[in-house]
Amino acid sequence: MSATTKPGPALTGRDEIVTLKHGAGGRAMRTLIQETLAAGFLTGPVEGIGLAAMDDGAALKVGDRWLVVTTDSHVVHPVFFPGGDIGRLAIAGTVNDLAMMGATEPAGLTCAVILEEGFRRADLERIQRSMLETCREAGVTVITGDTKVMGRGELDGIVINTTGVALTDRVVPDSGLKAGDRILVTGTIGDHGIALMARRHAIDFDAPLESDVAPINALIAGALAAAPGAVTAMKDPTRGGVASALHEMAEKSGVEIVIDELSVPVHPVVRSASEMLGLDPFHIANEGKALIGVRPDYADTVLAALRAHPRGSDACIIGTVSAARAGRVVLDTGLGRRLLAEPEGEPLPRIC
Amino acid sequence: MLETLRVTDAAGQLRFRDPAKARELAQALDRVTGEVGRAPVSVMHVCGSHEQSIAKFGLRSVLPKTLNVIMGPGCPVCVTDVPEVDEAVVLAQDGIRIATYGDMLKVPGTALSLADAQSRGANIDVVYSAAEAVELARDTTDEVVFFASGFETTAVATAAVVLADPPANFSVLSAHKYIPPVMEIVAEMPGTKVEGFLAAGHAATITGAAIFDRFVERHHIPVVVAGFEPLDILAGLVKLVELVRDGTPRVENMYPRCVTPLGNRNAQQQLWRVFRTVGGMWRGIAHVPNGNLRLRDEFARVDARRKFRIDVQRLRNNAPSTLTQVCICGDIMAGIASPSHCSLFGKECQPDTPVGACMVSSEGTCRIWHQYGGHPDL
Repeated sequence: MSATTKPGPALTGRDEIVTLKHGAGGRAMRTLIQETLAAGFLTGPVEGIGLAAMDDGAALKVGDRWLVVTTDSHVVHPVFFPGGDIGRLAIAGTVNDLAMMGATEPAGLTCAVILEEGFRRADLERIQRSMLETCREAGVTVITGDTKVMGRGELDGIVINTTGVALTDRVVPDSGLKAGDRILVTGTIGDHGIALMARRHAIDFDAPLESDVAPINALIAGALAAAPGAVTAMKDPTRGGVASALHEMAEKSGVEIVIDELSVPVHPVVRSASEMLGLDPFHIANEGKALIGVRPDYADTVLAALRAHPRGSDACIIGTVSAARAGRVVLDTGLGRRLLAEPEGEPLPRIC
Repeated sequence: MLETLRVTDAAGQLRFRDPAKARELAQALDRVTGEVGRAPVSVMHVCGSHEQSIAKFGLRSVLPKTLNVIMGPGCPVCVTDVPEVDEAVVLAQDGIRIATYGDMLKVPGTALSLADAQSRGANIDVVYSAAEAVELARDTTDEVVFFASGFETTAVATAAVVLADPPANFSVLSAHKYIPPVMEIVAEMPGTKVEGFLAAGHAATITGAAIFDRFVERHHIPVVVAGFEPLDILAGLVKLVELVRDGTPRVENMYPRCVTPLGNRNAQQQLWRVFRTVGGMWRGIAHVPNGNLRLRDEFARVDARRKFRIDVQRLRNNAPSTLTQVCICGDIMAGIASPSHCSLFGKECQPDTPVGACMVSSEGTCRIWHQYGGHPDL
């Protein structure tokens, strides 16, 4: 083998091939989508919220109501993990994306499944039972679907896509934050990502930790009803974690968000594991949590409504919105202040 | 499987993150810095883990404006020089399995990094410890070279596996560095502004705090050994500036819960039985006499440099990227410049496309600033 010249880093920042960082939920992913898949669709004539908003879903005006549509493909390794499985994830993920647009009563879900040759029937049945149970929890059902089987090695086990539709009177966008708003989180952060990482790397904890994967449409419905019109923006901090979700909200709303780290609820196991593995809980995925922007006068009312629901008992007010420097997210650590950066690529345990 | 994580450890750690105590210490630091009677006061830490904590907890925003805390050459991955990376790349290209810490993969060599070599087919394994590299060798008949980096703490781990009779197909390519000599270099730099050193607590658990006595005698610059929690760092800085204010240079151990005056004698014996110090270049810093750790003659069998003929010349025909000539990592590690002074920072030079070594490692100054925003005006 002979040495070849290393090409210098591309000045344009455009990559020739798609890498895992493009799927990590951060800036690289948003840029790739805007430059390739969404190109030409961004300016399409849509009455309501279309692709240009890059929101959790779309909202189309139907009569005097809004039809909210969202779609999500689910891959997860391992397929069964502490606290859930890919079936529960596929239902909860789409139900929650609808809820983040203010549509908390899903009318129905579609479900497309691609299976790899060799997938165990018993596992498929277990996944289906989990989907059924999660649908009951969310008050929704699957109304149509599609199934494909591919050859061994052509995909990794199982991929599930779900699409959800729902009607709502009021759409809550990512971009509605205003100066003075408070930021609420509905519970502890980082549980899903750390539970999965621990299972993947065979790390044992001396206390149980489960993924938070759950449909939270009922929780959100309670919060919205407690103070009609007071919720200005919502986002579920899935891939990319709370840090990516806050950045998106700050950028789209043209505001600065200041987070008070000491009021952010973190499960002790997540805290320990993050310290040991060199991870930041703000960068870790959640599957049953929401970040909610609320007008300041109603923050306590919405907080009380969240805490009254079993899935919101750890809810907290964690930050404030200001008009200072648009798009910036600042973390007050209690010991000082720093910028809260978005994760770069997949969070990997620090090695050195 | 890794050890079971003890959740109770986290509660112990929180004692050293108490905001009220941190405020008291920050006020004390402000007062003591003012009492020095001239500005700015400049001190240097020589440890990537100190910078990690300072950045992660946002401490720069509470440091007195007149106190300049310089980030020294504290990242062992960053100061690994081009020829050392080239040696590993050449071995990898010759079909030898290289086991190394993940941070080492992206460190730029003359023409290639190990990650580049890997994408061109070389066999590189990321390991979490020297012991894991040995296990890898036991499981194969291939030659396995452990490309070892780090300061005293990780060098002891390498020494331990060398002494434990590793298999014949295992050898070590040492890029280990030794911290005390580079402090001498910084202290003797013409026009140096450094009036005190914050020494790394974890390295001192091995060497002991007393190892800095001779340095203080020679240079009349105080040294404070500090831990890595926010209160450790603030308390260490208060003590250091007090010593500067009083003009009483001496060694103070502010990390007594881990560090003793004489350190871990057993670990020291292992370290010096296996390694000897030699002079060598630290990337971006200077030639550091006694700054590199190399295997002693009696361990030639385990020394990749003697086991293989490593011809790095073939990499030298490739001109380095023009961007590397713009990179100011050297000045950053010497404490003369900050990442914000670099025209590449955050633009051409990003964590996934690093130009200089400081952007490569999670302990590198540029990488830390990129992640946490080194902007004190928040």
